[in-house]
This record gives sequence, structure tokens and C-alpha cells, in this order.
Amino acid sequence: MPKQDFEDLKLEIKRLREELHQKEEFLRERQYKKLQGKNVYNDQFTTEEIVRYSRQMIMPNINPHGQIALKNSKILIVGVGGLGCPAALYLASAGVGEITLIDYDEVELTNLHRQILHSESDIDIPKVESAYNSLKRINSHIKVIPLRLHANSLTIKDIITKNKYHVIVDGSDNVATRYLLNDVCVMNDIPLVSGSALQMEGQLTVYHYQGGPCYRCLFPVPPPPHAVTSCGDGGVLGAVPGTIGVLQALETIKILTNSSGVLSGRLLLFDGTNTTFRNVKLRERNLKCDVCGENPTVKTLIDYELFCGSSSHDKVINIDILKCNEQIDIIDFSTILKDNVVLDVRPKIEYQMCNLPNTVNIPFTEIEKDDVFEKLNKLFKNKLADGIKNVYVLCRRGNDSQRAVSCLKKKFSESPIIFYNVKGGLHAYSKFVDTSFPRY
Amino acid sequence: MEINVEFGGGAELLFDNKKVHDVLLPHKEKEWILGDLLVWLKDNLLKERPELFLQDESVRPGILVLDTVNYVIKPNDRIIFISTLHGG
Ligand SMILES: [Zn+2]
Repeated sequence: MPKQDFEDLKLEIKRLREELHQKEEFLRERQYKKLQGKNVYNDQFTTEEIVRYSRQMIMPNINPHGQIALKNSKILIVGVGGLGCPAALYLASAGVGEITLIDYDEVELTNLHRQILHSESDIDIPKVESAYNSLKRINSHIKVIPLRLHANSLTIKDIITKNKYHVIVDGSDNVATRYLLNDVCVMNDIPLVSGSALQMEGQLTVYHYQGGPCYRCLFPVPPPPHAVTSCGDGGVLGAVPGTIGVLQALETIKILTNSSGVLSGRLLLFDGTNTTFRNVKLRERNLKCDVCGENPTVKTLIDYELFCGSSSHDKVINIDILKCNEQIDIIDFSTILKDNVVLDVRPKIEYQMCNLPNTVNIPFTEIEKDDVFEKLNKLFKNKLADGIKNVYVLCRRGNDSQRAVSCLKKKFSESPIIFYNVKGGLHAYSKFVDTSFPRY
Repeated sequence: MEINVEFGGGAELLFDNKKVHDVLLPHKEKEWILGDLLVWLKDNLLKERPELFLQDESVRPGILVLDTVNYVIKPNDRIIFISTLHGG
């Protein structure tokens, strides 16, 4: 199918979807008209709202006053991913009056296992747009404001000066944004509902709430960038950020309804491997804290990428540590793949998930080990006997393979073997050689 | 003295990927304080990349310490090192 046809088809689907949406609205308006206007039984809510929220409103914890508070609330959710999606879903369903969503990314196939507001037909569209559509289908009574932008000092300052939010929900995926949101919340006196998740573990707490500590009170200095693992590298099971995101919605609702028992000054640790929840008491607010202390040194938003030494997204930054003649272009590599030694240095599990034929898996983390050296030594000797002395090193994106080449060059400096890095790794292979190789 | 040391949030990766460790601290003249334990863990239990655990005689930024390094360890204490997560 030619590219233009794809585009035409996409446009047609979009148009049909809008038409369908209009017809649904039209039907709803006619069908439920009587339920949607003012009534003589309650002057705050429509009949439909009362019925819709009744299951939570009849509890003493929420009651009609709490429901009014939710309706009059404005919240900001930063990041519409594994945390932001479930959080937004429950907050919208509960009737929070105005929800602003911030995210710059577009929906990718790798998001769908955990980012439950996005569906297969949303791939390549902005996450905030996809989330907006999902939330509006679930609750048309509330206002949802999708903002497709990158959260940084400038954009956040602009939004904060124009709006008064009651709570900010941190569903971001990187250290720089976490410090940014913390400082914004302290400077503008807004509670911050902070969640995070990786692999099988999640963490949750509320910062800067009723005299409680802020993120900087606990972590005055950002972690070294190489100590931070992203979901793209470490992996994550969808239900884990799902659990934390839902709890972020719960804490937000408690704050908005002025309930007691908010998770402030405590940190919830969730370990999905044995389904344990542990609450640890945090230290009290640090009076010498750089931002919420008595004599703060950080009084305006700073450059958080500079402060953290890392960028405010979770994408991989490519390295370039080898000379030109130590590298091979992916197209050239694809033509010689069959008759050469190719080492794939990805972790074993990733190799099991998908691999090129005729490759040998030597995980980068094991490359320094003695038994691996012996194994390679034997392999290289056999190959040299067959007249093969070129060894090509491959990984997911072409970064670890560069490090592996540097390391192998030193280890086998006595050997006539020549090591080459396969530029761009399997990502490049999938992009330029064979799109049916899974790009993950 | 027997204590229980636990790692989480990825800090366990530096300790043989094991989250819970039963640790027998050798007898010494003075009491064991948290600072001593940090050094002991580095020398005895840590498997890789010490700079991702200790920096300047304390745990590195991003690992949560709820007590000071002067905390006096008692038998059967459970001491937890939690590395903060950032993913979403
Ligand atoms: Zn603080």
C-alpha cells in the first residue's frame, strides 16, 4: 500500500470517528436531556451527576461537600504514562472538575502494556490528545485540558502563573522533572502527589503538604545520572505503575476533599514480587532545606537539567567513543552478517526475546569475566583457523557495543582479531535493513 | 551481633541481586554505628560498583537514609536501604 493511501485512510478514519462522536453526543443529549439540567432536588448537581457519583457520595468520607470540592478542583497531571494514565482515569471518573494534562510524547507501541488511556489506534498521536479522548468518553461533565509540551522551568512557570492548581500529580519519568515539580509546588504552596515505578517496585508519597517534608528535604543532592534506570532499560510490569497511579488518585482525592490520613511524611514502598506494602516514616521537614527551609537559597526555578546533570526525559543519549575505522555501517553489516563472527552483547533475556541468526550472545555485564574470556578465546582461535579475523559487536542501540569493543580490544590486544562496532545496533537494523526486526 | 539488612529500589543489584541479607557483624570493642555498617557492607557484601553505594563515607545521593550515620545498631535491627525510583 503506498504511503499516500495510508495517510488518506488515516484521515478518513479520523473524520468517521468525529462523526461517530457527534452522533453519540446527539443521542445522549436527546436521551438524557431531562437528567442534565437543573433540578429542584439539589442545587449543586444535575440529576445525572448525583446518580453517577452516588456510590462515592453516600460515604461519610466523601459526602456531598466532598463531591462539591472535587467538582470545584483544578489539578495538574505531569506525564500521561504508566502513572499518569491510571491516576487521570480515576480522578476523571471521580468527578474532579478540571484536569490539565502535560506530556510532550506521542503514543508508541511499547507504551500500551501500561499506559491504559491509549489504544492501538492512538499510535503516533500525542499522548495528551489520546488521553483527552479517553477521559472525555468516560466523563463528559468535567473539563480536560490537554497541553502538549515539555515540562521545564519556562513552560511550567507560564502555566502556574496563569492557573491556580489545588494539587500537582507527578507522573514523570526522570529526575530533573521531579526536582522541577517539587520546587514549583513549594514556591506556589501546592501539595505534590509523587509516584514512581520500575520493574516490580513502586514508591509513593505526598510532598509539601501541611508542613510535611519536600523532595529536596529528603534528597538535597540529585543521584549520579548513571545510577538512574529508566523503564526503557530496566523494564516495568504495567500493573505496578498501575497500582501506584491509582493510589496517586486516591491521595489526590483525599487532599481535595480535605480528608485526614494523607500520605505525607511517610513513604509507601510497594514490592510487587511478594505483594508487600511498607510505610516508612520520613524525616520531618528540613529547616535548612534549599527550597522549603527557613532561609531558602532556591527562590526561583532553576535549570533542572543542569542541576541534575541529566536531561528531563527518559530517552537514551547516544555515545560516540570509537574511531571511524572501528565501526561498520548497518547496511554494510547486513551484507556480511552470514560469514562473520557477530557478538550480541545485550542481556540474555533481551537476546532470548529476539535475535539475528548466526550471532553469539555475550552480555556486556559479563564481558570482564574469566570464563567468558576463555569461551571467546576458543571461539576466536577456531575462526582464525578458518581465516576469519573480523569480529562484529552488536547491541540494542549501539552504545554498549562501543563500550564492549573498547574492552575487548584491551583484553585481546595480543590476538590478530579485529573488533568492529555495529553502528546504531539493532535499532538501526530494524530501521534500515529489516523493519520486521522488533524495535523495542 | 545478628542484624537484617534489606535493599530495594534497585540498590539490591549491587548486592548480588538479593533483597534480604541476614548479616552477622563481628564483635568489636566499641558499639557498631550505622557509619561502621556502611563500610562493613562495602567491604563484605557489596559485589560491584562501590561508587553507586558509598560516596564520601555516606550512602550516595538518591539512596534514602532516615537516620544519621551515628545511629547505634542493636541486635536484630532491620536496616533498609532504599534507592529512589524515577520511572513512570
Ligand atoms: Zn524541603
